[in-house]
Amino acid sequence: MISCPMPIFDFDIITPGHGSGGMLTHRLLQSGVFDIFRNDLLGQQHDGASFEISGKIAFSTDSYVVTPIFFPGGNIGDLAVNGTVNDLAMCGASAKYLSLSFILEEGLQMDELWKIMVSIKEAADKAGVMIVTGDTKVVEKGKGDKIFINTSGIGVIHPGADIHHNNIRQGDKIIISGRLATHGVTIMSLRKGLEFETELKSDTTCLGHTVKKLLDIFGTDIRFLRDPTRGGLASVLNEIAGLTKLEYLLYQDAIILDPQVEAACEMLGLDPLYIANEGIFVSVIKQEKAGSFLEELKKDINGIHAMEIGEVRSENPGKVILQSSIGGKRAVGFLPGEQLPRIC
Amino acid sequence: MKYLSEYRNPALANEYLKRIHEVVTRPWNLMEICGGQTHSLVKNGIPALLPYQVNMLHGPGCPVCVTSMHTIDEAIYIAAQEKVIFCSFGDMLRVPGSVSSLLQLKSTGADIRILYSPLEAVEIARQNPEYEVVFFAVGFETTAPANALSVIQADKMGIDNYSILASHVLVPPAMEALLGDPENSIHAFLAAGHVCSIMGIDEYYPISEKYKIPVIVTGFEPLDLLQGILMAVTQLEKGEYKVENQYARAVQREGNRLARNSMQEVFEIKDRTWRGIGPIVNSGLELNDRYKKYNARLKFKPAIPVAEENRHCISGDIMKGLKKPVQCPNFGTACNPEHPLGAPMVSSEGACAAYYHYSNTNNN
Repeated sequence: MISCPMPIFDFDIITPGHGSGGMLTHRLLQSGVFDIFRNDLLGQQHDGASFEISGKIAFSTDSYVVTPIFFPGGNIGDLAVNGTVNDLAMCGASAKYLSLSFILEEGLQMDELWKIMVSIKEAADKAGVMIVTGDTKVVEKGKGDKIFINTSGIGVIHPGADIHHNNIRQGDKIIISGRLATHGVTIMSLRKGLEFETELKSDTTCLGHTVKKLLDIFGTDIRFLRDPTRGGLASVLNEIAGLTKLEYLLYQDAIILDPQVEAACEMLGLDPLYIANEGIFVSVIKQEKAGSFLEELKKDINGIHAMEIGEVRSENPGKVILQSSIGGKRAVGFLPGEQLPRIC
Repeated sequence: MKYLSEYRNPALANEYLKRIHEVVTRPWNLMEICGGQTHSLVKNGIPALLPYQVNMLHGPGCPVCVTSMHTIDEAIYIAAQEKVIFCSFGDMLRVPGSVSSLLQLKSTGADIRILYSPLEAVEIARQNPEYEVVFFAVGFETTAPANALSVIQADKMGIDNYSILASHVLVPPAMEALLGDPENSIHAFLAAGHVCSIMGIDEYYPISEKYKIPVIVTGFEPLDLLQGILMAVTQLEKGEYKVENQYARAVQREGNRLARNSMQEVFEIKDRTWRGIGPIVNSGLELNDRYKKYNARLKFKPAIPVAEENRHCISGDIMKGLKKPVQCPNFGTACNPEHPLGAPMVSSEGACAAYYHYSNTNNN
């Protein structure tokens, strides 16, 4: 943890003036944001950051609107850094520079914003990424949900990487780096009206170093990477099944869930294949290298629970199929809308 | 997980399947009553593993599917009123009424909340005395006791701003209606295990006797269903018709007396119209006179015309076991989860939804 006491502000909640561009904005930035994220590029205090970069680059953006903003295992701040850093990692890139934009709702407590900023700083340091430009806007009370964050990031692509669904071939193996649905179920357990007690923690984390290490060893034998966030594993696999016109066969028995996640899904009638994840990725690996890839991944702190869950075939082109534990098969389609809890 | 993996054991499943294949010599139509059973069957790919002679028909036991369109319209009418907090189980929200759904209404700003328990709605009513809080009390004998309890609770606490829009339905009258249909082809029932855990199994003896039909009280896990199917076809092959309890770990012959007492305290039996099937005598529950002040229909008096069902939806034929979802010309085309013509396409227990989501493989 960074020791980063909150500076003494003469305001304890966010007001419309903090997004006005005037004096309050200036004071918020000068005594808070610039201090905590201090670096040479941000220090330019220009409309944008200027820098040189060499090599093939990846560029990604994402917005974060999670409720509640604080949850076991993290908050919207580290989520916003890890999410974009991970999107870049899935392109085979090491994140270098991030932009950071806040949309704050009038009335947000300053100490909450400070906690979020400290988490952003910690997550950025851990990922080795610099926050070089940003923006703050304030919306009226009732027009937002405390805080929305957008981050965009630029990363340099690993010279040995060629990650694209076009590289996927029949026989390739599907490997996930951790247990499914932990983040989504953690968040759900905190939502109003659904509160149920678990000891679960969100697995939000930066996957950049893990992916880099694997690319160093396996290079182009890593055909495809994706972090199955919103929509879960089923949505990612359906997307690439459609694009590659191949079948993605999953073995239900091979998909091990955290026992608490499994219990929550059974109780609420939710399918973990569709639930959002944060700290895990799904990979498609060349058949001959799948064993050693899994072995290597399991050595990493982010891959302790990694598992091979299926393979790429040609029988049902464009489909994701799940083989149940008793041997029957069924299709796993796209999710229409939101998963709604069932009656009984 | 403990108590789940045991009932999904592949070796035992294969053993049951082997025995079903050995026993069956003739074609049989088996109807599983409950939509939860339908989903479990299709989700686990069981129909394709059964001998071709065993044809599973998917019954009407999906509360979301059989709630009449008029009731959905009433719910939408009430939820759209000022100062109303409308509470519902999640999967009622997507069900189409005659012009829109609760989910569409929610998007326009109505205060519609998804709950897991009607007791939460009573608590919301207590915390918001200036609002009317209405719970959409749908379901079979399984959800009726908890909904009854919410009314008893509100009554004890003197909470007057709570009411329920009751649309409860009962399983045995529906079974009789299906058996009385001239086109009926059902040879045996897998009765809904959870309904029986409340109601017990005595209701099924007269039905089995009168229609000479095996009734197997069955659970929801793959091994439950396979064992239930084996018990049914064994009886059929021997020419027997008995009530048997496959789900003995959850169902006792007398059911759950406490749960039934709370139902009997607040509800009375009424005729009910089942969506797609039509009116069935004595097949529903409504609040009795003693508790009528908790009846949202009386409180809000939704004066809306009874709308006609979509003519292109064959959900009635599907729930009577006369047709399979894939035999509907609109299945997966004009009717899909985003634009449903009928409720079985959007309910988590609907047969059409089960087929749409799970049986889209070249093997089926």
